[in-house]
Amino acid sequence: MRFEQPKTVNDAVSLLADADGLTRVLAGGTDVLVQLRLGMVEPDLVVDIKAIPGMRDITEENGGFTIGAAVSGAELGEHAKLVAAYPGVVEGMELVGSTQVQGRATLTGNLCNASPAADSVPAMIAADAIATIAGPDGPREVPVADIAIGPGKTSLKKGEIITSFHLPARPANASDAYLRFIPRTEMDIAVASAAVNLTLKEGKVVAAKIVLGAVAPTAVTVPAAADAIIGTALDDASLDAMAKACEAACNPITDKRGTIEFRTKTAGTLAKRAAKIAFARAGGKS
Amino acid sequence: MALDDTKRDFKVIGQRVVRPDGIDKVTGKAQYGADLILPGMLWGAVVRSPHAHAKILKIDASEALKLDGVEAVVTRADFVEQKGDNFADNLDNIMAGKKALYDGHAVAAVAATSQRLANKAAKLVKVEYEILPHVTEVDEAMKADAPVLHEGRKYTGAPAGSGPNVTHYQDYGHGDLDAGFAKADMVIERSFKSEGVHQGYIEPHACVANYNTDGRGETWVCTQGPFMIRDFTAAFNGFNISQVRVTPSEIGGGFGGKAHIFIEPVAAALSKKTGRPVKMAMTRSEVLRATGPTISGHIDVKIGMKKDGTITAGYLGMRAQGGAYPSGTVDMATQAAFAAYDLENVKSEGWNVVTNRPKEAAYRAPGAPLGVWGVESVLDELCQELNLDPMEVRIKNAAKKGTKSSYGPTFDDMGLLTALEAAKAHPHWNAPLDGPNKGRGLSCGFWFNFGGATSVSLQINSDGTASVTEGNPDIGGSRASISMMAAETLGLPFEKVRTIVADTNSIGFNQETNGSRVTFAVGLATIKAAEAAIKVMCGRAAKIWGIDEEAVDWVDGAAVPSGPNAGDFPPMTLAEIAKVAVQTGGPIAGHHEVTADGAGVSFGVHIADVEVDPETGKTTVLRYTAFQDAGKAIHPDYVEGQMQGGAVQGIGWALNEEYIYGADGRLQNDGFLDYRIPVASDLPMIDAVILEIPNPGHPYGVRGVGETGIVPPLAAIGNAVSRATGVRMTKLPMSPPTVLKAIS
Ligand SMILES: Cc1cc2nc3c(=O)[nH]c(=O)nc-3n(C[C@H](O)[C@H](O)[C@H](O)COP(=O)(O)OP(=O)(O)OC[C@H]3O[C@@H](n4cnc5c(N)ncnc54)[C@H](O)[C@@H]3O)c2cc1C
Repeated sequence: MRFEQPKTVNDAVSLLADADGLTRVLAGGTDVLVQLRLGMVEPDLVVDIKAIPGMRDITEENGGFTIGAAVSGAELGEHAKLVAAYPGVVEGMELVGSTQVQGRATLTGNLCNASPAADSVPAMIAADAIATIAGPDGPREVPVADIAIGPGKTSLKKGEIITSFHLPARPANASDAYLRFIPRTEMDIAVASAAVNLTLKEGKVVAAKIVLGAVAPTAVTVPAAADAIIGTALDDASLDAMAKACEAACNPITDKRGTIEFRTKTAGTLAKRAAKIAFARAGGKS
Repeated sequence: MALDDTKRDFKVIGQRVVRPDGIDKVTGKAQYGADLILPGMLWGAVVRSPHAHAKILKIDASEALKLDGVEAVVTRADFVEQKGDNFADNLDNIMAGKKALYDGHAVAAVAATSQRLANKAAKLVKVEYEILPHVTEVDEAMKADAPVLHEGRKYTGAPAGSGPNVTHYQDYGHGDLDAGFAKADMVIERSFKSEGVHQGYIEPHACVANYNTDGRGETWVCTQGPFMIRDFTAAFNGFNISQVRVTPSEIGGGFGGKAHIFIEPVAAALSKKTGRPVKMAMTRSEVLRATGPTISGHIDVKIGMKKDGTITAGYLGMRAQGGAYPSGTVDMATQAAFAAYDLENVKSEGWNVVTNRPKEAAYRAPGAPLGVWGVESVLDELCQELNLDPMEVRIKNAAKKGTKSSYGPTFDDMGLLTALEAAKAHPHWNAPLDGPNKGRGLSCGFWFNFGGATSVSLQINSDGTASVTEGNPDIGGSRASISMMAAETLGLPFEKVRTIVADTNSIGFNQETNGSRVTFAVGLATIKAAEAAIKVMCGRAAKIWGIDEEAVDWVDGAAVPSGPNAGDFPPMTLAEIAKVAVQTGGPIAGHHEVTADGAGVSFGVHIADVEVDPETGKTTVLRYTAFQDAGKAIHPDYVEGQMQGGAVQGIGWALNEEYIYGADGRLQNDGFLDYRIPVASDLPMIDAVILEIPNPGHPYGVRGVGETGIVPPLAAIGNAVSRATGVRMTKLPMSPPTVLKAIS
């Protein structure tokens, strides 16, 4: 196994593009190293991106944020402005692992590991986050929603890496929230999850995006659920309608972590609860 | 035995001294099973069956052996076949013979110059299997036409007409059940079902075996039973016991699961074959797939009660599986089930059946939590239906000194009523439960406790200190407790005594660290060994003073003349006697070997408050209090630790832990991500209330406390969840999907 720590994005891209055999990008390594130790993968080349300048920076431009690919969960949580603007994205990432894991784990790794249960992904999609990708054919920008295409599979091409994410500037009275269900209180994988991003005007929801995790091969955006709450102040009837729409969008499996029935019902419950939290954060009064 | 000692003022016993092994453990200095590295050492890996049930047609290791650095492969053919069920079944479990009987069953092992290479070689060992139909569920396995695990084997304990996998039946009780049920105002019958649970110790099994081809050598191992490891290693490899020296490492938990043999004779076989040291350490997946979960199964309970809360009759039947080999643990479930109650009419009976699952290993009060869960759940439901206070009903029916127990013996002094009264008076029991979806559960629990074969030796050192040598690995702080008992007896401060756990050649035989026996039995032997040394020291003082040995007493760490007639000499301290020991007759030491009786039964009472999320079925434990009779708490921290640890394991068992098998008979959740033991943030502080009703069987009144704590939680949590939701819970674990389904 070869290990490289390039100093530029171009070097990283050419290393990966030129490599034969199995490659892995190493961001925080909290998925990669565990998979190595369990013998699940034996890559021929591992490329660590943490030494590339800019990869560990969060920058603010015109009210939006650009987050480098190697920024850790702990660093996200310490960025006061980001936390104020996107509390849902940050809380999704902060649910990942433990204090030790937080020191390393990244949004990028969470997304590119492509687990249907990845905790930071639903809120990123709900926030309309855009990934910037570098590759042999030059850079491109892709909505986060289009990166994961199935369990363990991404749309990235050979030699491509994510260099950063962009979270757009927010209007006033907008916020987000993320909730997951696990049987324990930490160190577990989401059985179902929901992110809600919404904007209020005069106390009513004028824009919303609702994304569910762990209930389908990839995170699911549910426009019908958003429609159910747009124009409302989250009265019980609209919340129930939203939960129903969420349940209808679920396509989960029964496995050791939960049944179809349980995942479906819980996704609806979580969406309701997350919507209420996002609503209150955006200044809504119920 | 006189109990006068228990009323005296102890100087060391009852203090919370700093644990002597603590610093090494928190600084990483402590040497655990996998920490030893020897020059020239090889690394082992086990080839395990991916099939739940398969004939082993052929094992071809030629590809593996071609790799440079792969030094040896062993299979069943490298071991000595055994006579007698215990040895034969254990050999078959650690290295399969004609058939693999469960997913994870060892079929071969390799040794190579690195772990990576060993793992690679293990993958290259080609095993040809003929897959057979398998059975992992108890009731399926009991059927006449179920896949047969051990063809042709006759089980003398099975009732006539049982299916071919039924290995055992036993019943207990007295009185007339029908007459008892006829007297009841209400009879409730319920069926319960539990899933397999693992001990979940943090440290996976690990050992280093270092043997010569002539069969002389050593094993370093994390185990609860170094003598057990020695005896099996010798037998399976054809060694002479005297040539096998086993040194126990520090141990990262065992809970019964390390009172069994697994990789150790295999490492010895690889070492014997290569003449080099061989290290073997299991992965977590191997631990879960191939070491002992406890028994699981179906439990039917029927209890009759009068309107005033008197239990008129109780029945419990359990159909259990203990994995691929015969197990009698179900008997402990059925004996423990009704032990807390003084009953006129009671019967419990149990069946064991073999299944294609790993061989059951002891787990903290083996079996008892399941039997008690069934009984305490139905009792609670009767209290709800008859509108009775569950605490008063338990007090009313509680077993006490003189009660003929449901399993036969008549009880001596015991602390159940004291524990119930303490629970009743405790602020927890009397605090209001505010808000909806909350419930409070109560349960009693019982465990037999055990004494067993024990050897201790103690030497008095020239500087006035004492060294204690014992043979039971210290899992719960026993080195501190044993030093404390030695110090108390000798009249020394705690700091002047050190206890070590020795290898099997340095001390007489000891049974495993299990059965809550160490503080009781090793403590008892330590006190006797100290008394033997005191006798020698009194003799030396008598010699120096020129008076009769009988005229010397031992008071506060010094020899004194027993009275004015004996002579007028100032006290001679232990240090003064020790200093001149070599001149006055030789080194001073004491030892004691005994099969300790009189362990004394153990009871506990737990109270749990929970909140259940009605939309997700998730249970949060809000408050938890455990009451337990410790006889005499030598080191209260460690008693509390045992009570808390037992409660936490029981809570895990109640809420989320379970072995999940796929339709292919493979274990689905072979890691701590999906085998969900509780994490710290899942739990409130477990309040531990120690009660001290001295055990007449121990000089200082000690009663073992290691196991009882895991017995009440299943029902305490189950009763709390049932009361919170208004639906009686009958299936373990009460995981969110199960609870949500039950309540919606
Ligand atoms: C104890 C523990 C607990 C955990 N708990 C959770 C949890 O609660 N929720 C959860 O969602 N996850 C959890 N995880 C999984 C893991 O921590 C997260 O998925 C984490 O966000 C991964 O980030 P990373 O930077 O460590 O990824 P890495 O391990 O570095 O990489 C993960 C994957 O992303 C790829 N990759 C990394 N960087 C790039 C890049 N720039 N461009 C393209 N591909 C890239 C890698 O090749 C690899 O396939 C846990 C892990 C552990 C060990």
